[in-house]
Amino acid sequence: MAHAVSLSRVSCVFHSGGKSVNAVDDVSLDIQPGEFFTLLGPSGSGKTTCLRMIGGFTRPTSGALSIHGEVVDSLPPYLRPVTTVFQDYALFPHMTVLDNVAYSLMVRGVAKSVRDKRASELLELVRLPDMSSRKPAQLSGGQRQRVALARALISEPKVLLLDEPLGALDLKLREQMQIELKELQRRLAITFVLVTHDQHEALSMSDRIGVFNRGRLEQIDTPTGLYEKPATRFVAEFLGAANVLEAEAAQRLTGSAAAMIRPERIRLGTDQGARVHGVVENLQYFGSFWRAKIRCDQGTALIADLAIDSVLPAAGEAVHLHWDDSAIHRLNETSMR
Amino acid sequence: MSEARLPAMQLGHRSTASFGDRLSAALFQRQSMLLLILLIPPLLWFGVIYLGSLFSLLAQSFFRLDDFSGTIVYEVGLQNFVALFEPANLDVIRRSVTMATMVTLTSVVIGFPIAYFMARYARGSTKAILYVAVMLPLWSSYLVRLYAWKLLLAKEGAIAWLVTQCHLDWVLEAVLATPVIGGNSLSFSSLGTFMVFVYMWLPFVILPIQASIERIPASVLEASADLGAPPRRTFWTVILPLAMPGVAAGSIFSFSLTLGDYIIPQVVGNSTLYIGQVVYRQQGLAGNLPFAAAFSIAPILIIAIYLWLAKKRGAFDAL
Repeated sequence: MAHAVSLSRVSCVFHSGGKSVNAVDDVSLDIQPGEFFTLLGPSGSGKTTCLRMIGGFTRPTSGALSIHGEVVDSLPPYLRPVTTVFQDYALFPHMTVLDNVAYSLMVRGVAKSVRDKRASELLELVRLPDMSSRKPAQLSGGQRQRVALARALISEPKVLLLDEPLGALDLKLREQMQIELKELQRRLAITFVLVTHDQHEALSMSDRIGVFNRGRLEQIDTPTGLYEKPATRFVAEFLGAANVLEAEAAQRLTGSAAAMIRPERIRLGTDQGARVHGVVENLQYFGSFWRAKIRCDQGTALIADLAIDSVLPAAGEAVHLHWDDSAIHRLNETSMR
Repeated sequence: MSEARLPAMQLGHRSTASFGDRLSAALFQRQSMLLLILLIPPLLWFGVIYLGSLFSLLAQSFFRLDDFSGTIVYEVGLQNFVALFEPANLDVIRRSVTMATMVTLTSVVIGFPIAYFMARYARGSTKAILYVAVMLPLWSSYLVRLYAWKLLLAKEGAIAWLVTQCHLDWVLEAVLATPVIGGNSLSFSSLGTFMVFVYMWLPFVILPIQASIERIPASVLEASADLGAPPRRTFWTVILPLAMPGVAAGSIFSFSLTLGDYIIPQVVGNSTLYIGQVVYRQQGLAGNLPFAAAFSIAPILIIAIYLWLAKKRGAFDAL
């Protein structure tokens, strides 16, 4: 079976003011049909450029790009079987919500009665049925987002590209939309390619995640795989909090050159059988847990997340740290920053 | 933290407030008063001088000139408006409207691509150069440019010379032989008048269109392509409707400026009259201010109809 989206050694170089920037550097990537795939990375890491290349808005400098087995390098955006939900939604301000949603059917010459009916169905799908005669300016951010989604889905694309679609929404709405998006994707069985810099969003929605750093793809794995077995220091630190141990400290504590322990895997306990001894430097309250910064006797600082109902040490108190062998994960390399 | 590092704090606790401080504090609490003070000068200008003169013009148009004594008789009547419908006057109005329409259409067709390029593609110094290039003609006198065009268009002028160099005399002759637009030479033809009009008003058409295109987010055009619209379709369904307020504004400039101008057709063109010239002659040479006033109501009405049509066609929907 052909991949839904396949990037083969794709690079994209931008030239500005005599300088050239490798926005995307030799990225190869295969996305399966029906998969919820997330491109995750900090701003400027090349994830959006990657998405724009799939959509056809930016041309790769080198490499090959195919969608469902068809090489699309030379196809302009309007001939590609993908649609995009833009970061700013990019709704047509002069058209009603219904006309916005029906747009791709209109340009394909579908009769008005047919396309209006279909657009109404789509608006119901995104749970926005009574807004069809409004203009985008009269909608809230969340509603615009749904219209953009309905507009992108009406042409039944094989692949839906989502460019930080939830970035402009407030936290509560964002969490609700994450659930809805995921559900929609499961129901429609369309390939979703999401770009985000939000690790929680990536972890909670994706089947697989590709982590971008400085134009390169650092690692592709499932959310649990990435979180528990990050390949590099960058991935370990970008996805949640991590105690990354290097050189001498890593050797002493884990017996390898570089390793990582998630703070929630560290427990406080008795002197007996403790891995490390240290002193609490400070405690930080996070609502659902406490984060303790602990200075170990050998000078290394570790953070440990303590359950809200545990017996809390005071700042300056001597503590003893425990963890299971399985909590230690060896990193492939640590120098890439 | 020493106090010396916090001058703002000290200012806040200053015991003696100057008159300026107290005034701005008072205005800060009464925002509508501030607004009123700011708006009074322009409102006076608009209300008294601009609208006042417009209404006195309207009032004038109902009076009449006593042919015998050459003085104005202050009796209200519609005779001036009736006179507008005399064939000779209707002819002037029809000719002016046709010219204004042609000039406007041409200016928009020529101006749009320039405006589009300036708004979407030109960056940095290219953009600055284009701005200057569009504005540059406005830095020199209108009359200087007009007479420069007269020289360019003259029988022995640069354009005729260029045409001869290209061995295209027959084209120019054919054009000049065409009735209505032709004439003795380009500088004595309606075509010449038309060319100068287009040249003169082009900056006023380009700039508002450019401003309106600049306001269209790039992502909206990408969305159109993304949803399957080829570039031509995107132009007609997205770019043009969204640029329409700018096109309407620019076209109002070129349309009304053409309707009102009385110098260009006097210097370049065959000696047929346009509205502006008739108004000029009636109030100047003939001293018939009431009829001149009635005649200058005509372009106002025409522009009003034009605006109404533009609004009805949805030109301002994207505002």
